[in-house]
Amino acid sequence: MTTATGTYAPRPGAAPLPRMIGAQAVLETKMLLRNGEQLLLTAVIPTLLLVLFSSVDIVDTGKGEAVDFLAPGILALAVMSTAFTGQAIATGFERRYGVLKRLAVSPLPRWALMTAKTLSVLVTEALQVVLLTAIAFALGWSPHGNPGAVLLLLVLGTAAFSGLGLLMAGTLKAEATLAAANLVFLLLLIGGGVIVPLDRFPGAAQDVLGLLPISALSDGLRDVLRDGAGMPWGDLGILAVWAVLGLAAAGRFFRWE
Amino acid sequence: MRSDPVVQVRALVKRYGAKTAVDGLDLVARPGVTAVLGPNGAGKTTTVETCEGYRRPDSGTVRVLGLDPVREGAALRPRIGVMLQSGGVYSGARAEEMLRHVAKLHAHPLDVDALIERLGLDSCGRTSYRRLSGGQQQRLALAMAVVGRPELVFLDEPTAGLDPQARRATWDLVRDLRADGVSVILTTHHMDEAEELSDDVAIIDGGRVVAQGSPEELCRGGAENTLRFTGRPGLDVGSLLKALPADSSAAELTPGSYRVAGKIDPQLLATVTSWCAQHGVMPDRISVERHTLEDVFLELTGKELRS
Repeated sequence: MTTATGTYAPRPGAAPLPRMIGAQAVLETKMLLRNGEQLLLTAVIPTLLLVLFSSVDIVDTGKGEAVDFLAPGILALAVMSTAFTGQAIATGFERRYGVLKRLAVSPLPRWALMTAKTLSVLVTEALQVVLLTAIAFALGWSPHGNPGAVLLLLVLGTAAFSGLGLLMAGTLKAEATLAAANLVFLLLLIGGGVIVPLDRFPGAAQDVLGLLPISALSDGLRDVLRDGAGMPWGDLGILAVWAVLGLAAAGRFFRWE
Repeated sequence: MRSDPVVQVRALVKRYGAKTAVDGLDLVARPGVTAVLGPNGAGKTTTVETCEGYRRPDSGTVRVLGLDPVREGAALRPRIGVMLQSGGVYSGARAEEMLRHVAKLHAHPLDVDALIERLGLDSCGRTSYRRLSGGQQQRLALAMAVVGRPELVFLDEPTAGLDPQARRATWDLVRDLRADGVSVILTTHHMDEAEELSDDVAIIDGGRVVAQGSPEELCRGGAENTLRFTGRPGLDVGSLLKALPADSSAAELTPGSYRVAGKIDPQLLATVTSWCAQHGVMPDRISVERHTLEDVFLELTGKELRS
């Protein structure tokens, strides 16, 4: 017998669930932070837009300081970049490279994998909020409003964008997801009230654009943070509908291979 | 030990659209190493992936460690280790990082450092998965399959594309797994791999098992074996044939090169050499050719295994 006798003797067992979910969330977050394109999307672009449009008068952002208009929009953009674009692209390639397939036969249950992904998204968003808030303060931002309402908007926005991102990642090819997620990011950046106020668009377009999840999120955040509104129920309602539809469709149509 | 089967497949049928990938397949794998051998498109991967719980049978039953891989997957998954044919790793992850991660999903994993050293993955360093060589990626996938100390390991073409040295290292690990009581199901294109490693071989063709048994059993059946020798040209083959048992044949294939076919046993070998002695012939290069798994395979499937 070789010296290794006994080393491989079976001793199977799943790790405790919290440990598995924690390990998975840490790994997912590491992968995201290590990826240059993802950082461009989640950190560099929102920062540049915030600094550029606050200091240079390119777009008429209406009454008051530009930063008070822009900061809520950029926070909405940050949520979209992580929960939707980043998650869609990362998950699309995980599916393509068999990562999801391999994890599916590990002791980690599928729901636990999705929980870990969500945790990873939330951690990334927290880092984004810290970074962007600090920059906005440096640019003279003076937010108002109820932190509870802000938190609720961010959570519902994350749910809505996650559902849509996972739907895309689980149904399209990885390359198609990459292209489509970036295109959607760009279109919603322009037409979702992030840096360009919706009232710059024609009336009919405004009504449609106002129903987009990005518009609801940026508008809701702006109502609270700039105008000191209470609960922006209308925007919360729109986000809730997107969240339910997106997550249900993702759950129904997501293909793991 | 050799009582309960680790895998039991009965009348498995799996179709993809109009194509029937597996067509009434029966397979019983006992503890030890079972090789699933077959040409491309024979249904090997579909069969293994059904055992791993990836595919739902269209009909038939599959039991792995006594469990239904689809309905009882949650109970089964911690007990098995899976090596996919390719991929399975985050493209930006390092080998060690990914292996440590898989280890963390298990309650009593192997010592990761020792496994990394054993499989030569320490040379991967900080290189991300997508930049590893094919061989390194393959060895990482193998390490991921065994790190959780499973009872049963599925290896889908574990040595495809490996250099001879890496191939040996993989074989050695499979032998150690077996010695320590881990069962292994491996699919392969390589006859020598099946012959070297397995207690049992199942030959699959057209979505069915066409033969199963130990390599020795499979080689014993089927075509007759041959004995060859060289001597001076023009020997009286007729006289040799008279000395041999009735079901044998003898022929001079090319001048000076002779072949005897039949049931080659020690008695027959003695008969041939004593006939040579009587005729003053020095039989050079006398050799007994065992019937190989490759011959068996060719006979059963009519196909060359290597593609």
